[in-house]
Amino acid sequence: MEYQIKEPFTSDKFQELRAGDTVLLTGSIYTARDAAHKRLVEMLKQGEPLPFEVKNSVIYYVGPTPEKPGNPIGSAGPTTSYRMDAYAPTLLDLGETGMIGKGQRGQEVKDAVTRNKAVYFAAIGGAGALMAQRVEHSEIVAFEDLGAEAVRRLLVKDFPVTVVLDSQGGDLYEEGRKAYLESRM
Amino acid sequence: MRTLHTSELTKAVAEMARETNHFLSEDVTRAISRQAKEEPWPVAKDVLERIEENIAIAGKGVLPLCQDTGLACVFLEIGQDVHIIGGLIEDAVNEGVRNGYGEGFLRKSVVVDPLRRVNTKDNTPAHIHYEIVSGDQVKITFAPKGFGSENMSQIKMMPPSAGEQGVKDFVVKVCEEAGANPCPPIVVGVGIGGTFDKAALMAKEALLIPFDEANSDPYYADMEAELLERINELGIGPQGFGGATTALSVKIKTAPTHIAGLPVAVNINCHVSRHAQRVL
Repeated sequence: MEYQIKEPFTSDKFQELRAGDTVLLTGSIYTARDAAHKRLVEMLKQGEPLPFEVKNSVIYYVGPTPEKPGNPIGSAGPTTSYRMDAYAPTLLDLGETGMIGKGQRGQEVKDAVTRNKAVYFAAIGGAGALMAQRVEHSEIVAFEDLGAEAVRRLLVKDFPVTVVLDSQGGDLYEEGRKAYLESRM
Repeated sequence: MRTLHTSELTKAVAEMARETNHFLSEDVTRAISRQAKEEPWPVAKDVLERIEENIAIAGKGVLPLCQDTGLACVFLEIGQDVHIIGGLIEDAVNEGVRNGYGEGFLRKSVVVDPLRRVNTKDNTPAHIHYEIVSGDQVKITFAPKGFGSENMSQIKMMPPSAGEQGVKDFVVKVCEEAGANPCPPIVVGVGIGGTFDKAALMAKEALLIPFDEANSDPYYADMEAELLERINELGIGPQGFGGATTALSVKIKTAPTHIAGLPVAVNINCHVSRHAQRVL
């Protein structure tokens, strides 16, 4: 199925999504990868307020290239998600509703997705130029010192993603491969 | 003796940094287009077509192919009849990386220390391999390496009794464990023999071999073909969504080894398989 979903990204909008569905997202999403996740979780441990509202947020695991003058962003494809596995359940339990990355997740993340009725999307890895064209605006909201790893708010329009983990426990990486192999029998 | 000024090295490296991050070599684009046409699984075909679209956008020269513009891997084959003047070769290469990544708006992805992790902010230092060869020229190969795929690479010191079957099974196992993580369709470089370090270096060098260049040893040419087929039979598919196209190419490099050893290294690259060569 193909869906178009606009912000606010509340979890009820993601409930009908199933692994393998394609979605065009429109609205504000936040970027964070390894170093930013580490800081966010450390801030929580210290009881400090986070630099953006995690509730109903979609976080994109990306470290873009520097934008050329006149462009909102540089190349901006997903980074490999498992490196965020240590931090993702904490953010999901705080109300993060969607993650965008690529690659397999650990069991704790899968459990946190179903527990919170959230969703894990994949963007096309290695298609950073294509993804960048769907970003209309970008601004740094925290951790500017981290350079490419700073937290940015991106305004995206029809940002193409595929559902990997859905709220019912579906996993495209298992199901897609199995379906293809069965089609050849 | 011919003299070569290091400024020429700097200039070439800077140009290649920008070039490789916007344009793929023809063997790679041809393989992706071929798979986009031949891929029987609709989801996989769709992904391959979007990868083709990405290549077209990056080719306009504004947006790099991938946001991970890589750790700069540089291979220098230096003719022993060249006298290099103007400073250290290492400094010249790093200056080229600094200029290319800065002026080219490429991402700075290098941390100065693996545990304390402070970004060097100019993508230096490059990872440089030197080889002294005959002649009076310098051949530079520039290959920015993304780490989504680098992280999925593995090495194993096998007992000689593992033999051909053990080696092949290990290569396939590494690709299966990598799954969706290294941005399939992948490129697989295999180094067999040598020492621990030599096997890993050969695996990386194997990633630089053009897809359409046949292995000169028929025994290994057959093994490459068999491995490519077995990896594609895994059904992982482009981006791991399932499909027939999991790998684009498998290349093997070998070296003599010890009577007690059978080192095997598998270096994985993503479909954005970037490298360029120049001769100065």
